Amino acid sequence: MADPAFSQPSMPGPQPVEAARSGPPNAAGSPSSAVQIKPGFDAADGIFKFAVTACAVGILGLLVLIVYELALGSSLSWHAFGFKFFWASEWDPVNEQFGAVPFIYGTLVSSFLALLIAVPLAIGVAVFVVEMCPRRLKAPLAFFTELLAAIPSVIYGLWALFVLVPILRSLVEPFLAKTLGWTGFFEGPAYGLSMLAAGIVLAIMIMPIISSITREVLRVVPQHQREAALALGATRWEMIRVGVLRNARAGIAGAVILGLGRALGETIAVTMVIGNRPEVAKSLFAPGYTMASVLANEFSEATGDTYLSALIEIGLALFLVTIVVNAMARLLVWSVTRGLPRGAHA
Amino acid sequence: MPESAYSVAATVAPLSLRRRLANYLATAYAFLSVLIVLAPLLAIFSYLVYKGVGSINWAFLTQTPKPVGEVGGGMANAIVGSAVILAMASLLGVPAGIGAGIYLSEYGQGRLGNVVRFTADVLNGVPSIVIGIVAYAIVVFQQKHFSAFAGSVGLAIMMVPTIARTTEEMLLLVPRALREASYGLGISRWRTTLSITLRTALPGVITGIMLAFARVAGETAPLLFTAFGNQYWNLRPDQPTAALSLQIYTYALSPYDDWHRQAWAGALVLIVLIVGAVSAVRIAVSRTYMGAA
Repeated sequence: MADPAFSQPSMPGPQPVEAARSGPPNAAGSPSSAVQIKPGFDAADGIFKFAVTACAVGILGLLVLIVYELALGSSLSWHAFGFKFFWASEWDPVNEQFGAVPFIYGTLVSSFLALLIAVPLAIGVAVFVVEMCPRRLKAPLAFFTELLAAIPSVIYGLWALFVLVPILRSLVEPFLAKTLGWTGFFEGPAYGLSMLAAGIVLAIMIMPIISSITREVLRVVPQHQREAALALGATRWEMIRVGVLRNARAGIAGAVILGLGRALGETIAVTMVIGNRPEVAKSLFAPGYTMASVLANEFSEATGDTYLSALIEIGLALFLVTIVVNAMARLLVWSVTRGLPRGAHA
Repeated sequence: MPESAYSVAATVAPLSLRRRLANYLATAYAFLSVLIVLAPLLAIFSYLVYKGVGSINWAFLTQTPKPVGEVGGGMANAIVGSAVILAMASLLGVPAGIGAGIYLSEYGQGRLGNVVRFTADVLNGVPSIVIGIVAYAIVVFQQKHFSAFAGSVGLAIMMVPTIARTTEEMLLLVPRALREASYGLGISRWRTTLSITLRTALPGVITGIMLAFARVAGETAPLLFTAFGNQYWNLRPDQPTAALSLQIYTYALSPYDDWHRQAWAGALVLIVLIVGAVSAVRIAVSRTYMGAA
């Protein structure tokens, strides 16, 4: 809509007049600024700046709004249970007894299980793409990992429910029970719907983000670090270990924590495969429940104000944890990548 | 290939077996991890296409759901419902996101800019289910009923920070000289920002918007207790509305085989619509701009 202004020489006609109006006093008042090219000023500039500033401040407003609504909604439960809410493990909506322990436990265990699986693989992929990959393979590999990130959570859940869970039930869980059952982590009946299934789905889902941020961080490592290591006679792996990974570790830690943030809050896919039973069990074969999935399952059916308030308090706790985790991750990643030339005048 | 790099050193002292072995193992490990990561991707995609193509039919695309337990019917209302919810979310979220992005790149060099930048990045990581609770609290709870609009508000909240950050990045790529040339012609700052800077960066900005769109298009969690779902046609924004992702979720967890079939069909339609919408806009943008250049 605005392009004629630039392409047709007749259009900007009125504007030089405005510039001329505001120009001379400016130039006369401060001759030192004559070197710098200053835009002409008009009232519309003020309005425009106000509008975009409002949008930016709106982002801060969103954060405040989220905190306010969650705090307001959970106050009833907070007054009823206090800190006990996070120590009690009984979840009994009928008798209005609410304790969040099974959900916190499920969220933590499934997320750490996901990290355990995803982190070594994601770093391997990033190292391969940045340091070893033939040029021709780079673009398709990056494309495929992006594609993984674009699949909706519900489709991961669908696939996990109808493909992964049956495989776990009939093949993987019996095998693990036979070989590693003595550890206590792999025992009991193999339902398929389990903490293990949730961990695996989460691992598949957070792999792309960890991998792509690690890639970004590895790319920032100066080339001369690699050259120096090679010049000292390092093998490629030694070069990667000493020259690249060691320099990028803060950023990689950030990528991992960012992945953790994703895993903690992931809802739909986990809800579909974790079995949804509010119990704390040592075995990974047992069904569990997470903070996000109890919200998904019970929020719209919550009868009674205390019940709803308890659920919102779980939401608040989940929010606060992910905020802290994400802030930490961002600071770590920023500390590594800030040196990048971000733009022409940044 | 690496041999040539240290062939000189090799003549002095051959690499120990341990070092060579570590090198090979590390290479093999990195390669193997790529294979392991690609495997589920290929599995998911091929299975989705295989099940989806086999399940999709004309009735699925044109009919509303049949009563529980009856075979047949489709998700036409959910497809349209998703489109309505997403259109409203984009109307709310895109202008606000672009505005914030303009602020960050053109005015955001100070402390407020950094605070907003950081907040946007942190908001990006807020679980979508929590956004759902907030949308419930500010819309559904006030109106006392579920509505498509409430779902749109939730999705819009998710779009704004993403769009703001990508818009900022794209605007910063526009050379400073272009802005100065415009100021030199006496064009005011706001006009320069909109007609020169934003317009130059538009292809990138639109790509960013499409990424944000694709991300929320498949979201289920924020719609669970906002749009809620509906077995019938509904085009009114103030009423509970079906959405494709919600329908897939409900059908997948149901005990009926025919509903499982429809869940797969719905998943395929959802992926095709997301990829289709994103590539259509991208092609349109590149046509317009490559043609103009």
